[in-house]
Amino acid sequence: MTTPDSMALGNDARDMALTDSASNRRNVLDLDDFSAEEIFSVLDDTGAMVEVLGRDIKKVPTLRGRVVVTMFYESSTRTRISFEEAGKVLSADVINMSSSGSSVDKGESLLNTGLTLQAMGVDVVVVRHPHAGAPYLLARHLPKVSVINAGDGLHAHPTQALLDMYTMREKLGSLSGARVVIVGDVLHSRVARSNLWGLTKVGAQVILSGPTTLMPLDLLGGRGELEEDHPFAQVDVDTDLDRAIQGADVVMALRLQSERQHSGFLPSLREYIRRWQVTEERLGKANPGALVMHPGPMNEGVEISTSLAHGDSSVIEAQVTNGVAVRMALLYRLCAGQGNRIGDDP
Amino acid sequence: MINRTYNRPVLIKGARIVDPGRGIDVVGDTLTQEGRIVSAGPTLTPSNVPDGTHTIPANGLVVAPGFIDLHAHLREPGYEYKETIATGTQAAARGGFTSLCCMPNTDPAIDNEAMVELVKRRVDSDAVVRVFPIGAVTKGRKGRELSEMEELAAAGVVAYSDDGDPVYDPNIMRLALTYTLDLGMPVINHCQENGLCCGGVMAEGWIATRLGLPGIPAAAEEAMVSRDLALAEMTGGWLHLAHLSTAGSVDLVRQARQRGVSVTCEVCPQHLYLTDEWALGYQGDLRCTAGSRNYDTSTKVYPPLRSRSDVEALIAGLAEGVIDCIATDHAPHEVASKEVTYEEASFGISVLETALGSLLSLVHGGRISMSTLVDRLTVGPARVLGPSFEKYATLEAGSPADLVLFDPNLEWTVDTSQFASKGRNTPLQGVPLKGRVVATMVDGRLVHQDFGV
Repeated sequence: MTTPDSMALGNDARDMALTDSASNRRNVLDLDDFSAEEIFSVLDDTGAMVEVLGRDIKKVPTLRGRVVVTMFYESSTRTRISFEEAGKVLSADVINMSSSGSSVDKGESLLNTGLTLQAMGVDVVVVRHPHAGAPYLLARHLPKVSVINAGDGLHAHPTQALLDMYTMREKLGSLSGARVVIVGDVLHSRVARSNLWGLTKVGAQVILSGPTTLMPLDLLGGRGELEEDHPFAQVDVDTDLDRAIQGADVVMALRLQSERQHSGFLPSLREYIRRWQVTEERLGKANPGALVMHPGPMNEGVEISTSLAHGDSSVIEAQVTNGVAVRMALLYRLCAGQGNRIGDDP
Repeated sequence: MINRTYNRPVLIKGARIVDPGRGIDVVGDTLTQEGRIVSAGPTLTPSNVPDGTHTIPANGLVVAPGFIDLHAHLREPGYEYKETIATGTQAAARGGFTSLCCMPNTDPAIDNEAMVELVKRRVDSDAVVRVFPIGAVTKGRKGRELSEMEELAAAGVVAYSDDGDPVYDPNIMRLALTYTLDLGMPVINHCQENGLCCGGVMAEGWIATRLGLPGIPAAAEEAMVSRDLALAEMTGGWLHLAHLSTAGSVDLVRQARQRGVSVTCEVCPQHLYLTDEWALGYQGDLRCTAGSRNYDTSTKVYPPLRSRSDVEALIAGLAEGVIDCIATDHAPHEVASKEVTYEEASFGISVLETALGSLLSLVHGGRISMSTLVDRLTVGPARVLGPSFEKYATLEAGSPADLVLFDPNLEWTVDTSQFASKGRNTPLQGVPLKGRVVATMVDGRLVHQDFGV
């Protein structure tokens, strides 16, 4: 994918204080194949993108001539618009496809839709899908396209985890040793899964709290055949939120979908709120200056109290702002990489 | 089904003869003539061999009774794009299987005499190995009313099963086990408590957690195994448990056996060789980095591939004899049904052509003896099918010449493009195996030979 633009990209890189990492990365599927160094490199680039977003004229020519398609098979506001804005600020041509009103309505398979986009010369496909692994299917079959996972089933949401880590680092100064408490429906959370990979790699301490019924059984009890050096083996689970939150630097509430009550995971929302709602009182047990985070969309008054969601500790809006910058950094990384984009990844 | 014009006599010279039904494991000669075994054991002098005999030099090879598969999906009628009786039995011949029992989850289901006749007619014209149909337990496999089980018996089915689905209703299962008391054939159940599966697509555990895929807990199988064992104990009916996959199921069967419950059971090659780690897409090697190979849909199978400790318990149960036999659950699928997301993909693995190669790893690894392996592929399944099938599971003089000749040490790499089966869906694609079928004979006629190796 070396193009006549590469000089321009280089100039942009200097202009925007981007890291000088010659990335071979083709896809962003999850954070499990990111090293700590690469995560830090992305976060550094994100800082440069935040600077661009703060300019009077939010437009740089970096990705001029690149085509980015967002394929959303699940509803989304912030993630889709965030990717669209990220692409447009970098001057990419961004095309939005949703499953309704497209050939998906006619029963076209995900794979055939992907092949069609590849044949049209699309450079990057951003995909959200209700099934875990859908971006992997595309990545496996589309050698000429970069795939970014914008959320797949219960599996992963790597750009969310990166924006969460950027926000934490920005506010705390360092991720290493930070005590991060993730609260709520871990079982059904792709955000939690990607954060587990990312945070453990950069040396943060992760504590999961929430109802036992909404926790993967293998994290609750014995770790099965998990190897000791596996990142998930370093995660602590404490269902007593009042205890887990002590000394926390970050408290991240996860979205609780109301259907969890109807399918029997919870006796009632009332009991959930009593035991696991992130409140000002509970936050009082955390470290002074602890951050309150939420990947959105929030159910205020359920997993998080309204006053806390909009209070001084909340960095929820900063997460959204940083989300655009993180996605700019990733689009830059995939399109500007000098590595081999043709063929399978290692 | 089988061409009745017999080839000339065949002498398999110098092979290791493994015939567990007779307790024989010796190097010697095997002679077949006019579709029957003449002799299998002692070395024959030329005077004992008829003129015109075709001799196969077989030093270093193993000859055994042809394998009997209690559990195969031949897909015909209704799903001929996945497999046919012709392609499925050709795959069987390549895998050393001389008899297959075909499951009735066709479209329409094999739940009445006319459907059995249709299958038998297709078998007569297309099959290269013996095929014995299994009849549905309930009409249309819907789980509500018993099929006409006696009529099915008269038409020639060898067992009953709604496989693909369990018999969900415990009272229907009770009645099936009771109604078959005087029919002399087992009810085969696919044990899966759906209320515990919750849309699961792979074994519950940390691999499923990592991949974000809904898990199927071991208890989903064990809960129904427990139920069925209690029903078999109460009714005295003959229960055969299909494709056990968990350590807990092996324990339940062991305990029931000790109480005298009439239960038999099977395990599949895939559950003795593969674990859930293979869903990560790099042949179970966890040292590899993650990448786009994750979510290998060819590992999606029911019951799901489970943990290493389950595999160990199944191997122990097989060695001990708690598990009577190995059945393939050969479940071929067309490419399109696997080139989708893991959650959308069809359940099933194409097994017939890799079964022996993967199973021999247990022998090479010293986990079970060659004789035990052959027993579980021949004597074991014949016992489930009844006394009239014993003749297919022995090399005794006078028995039908159904046999397999294999090289236990031949190393080869699985290449699904060479499969006879239409189903190319196996996680073993590209995987090296040790041990391969050289020839398969049904009724004295070579139905597969691969001497070029």
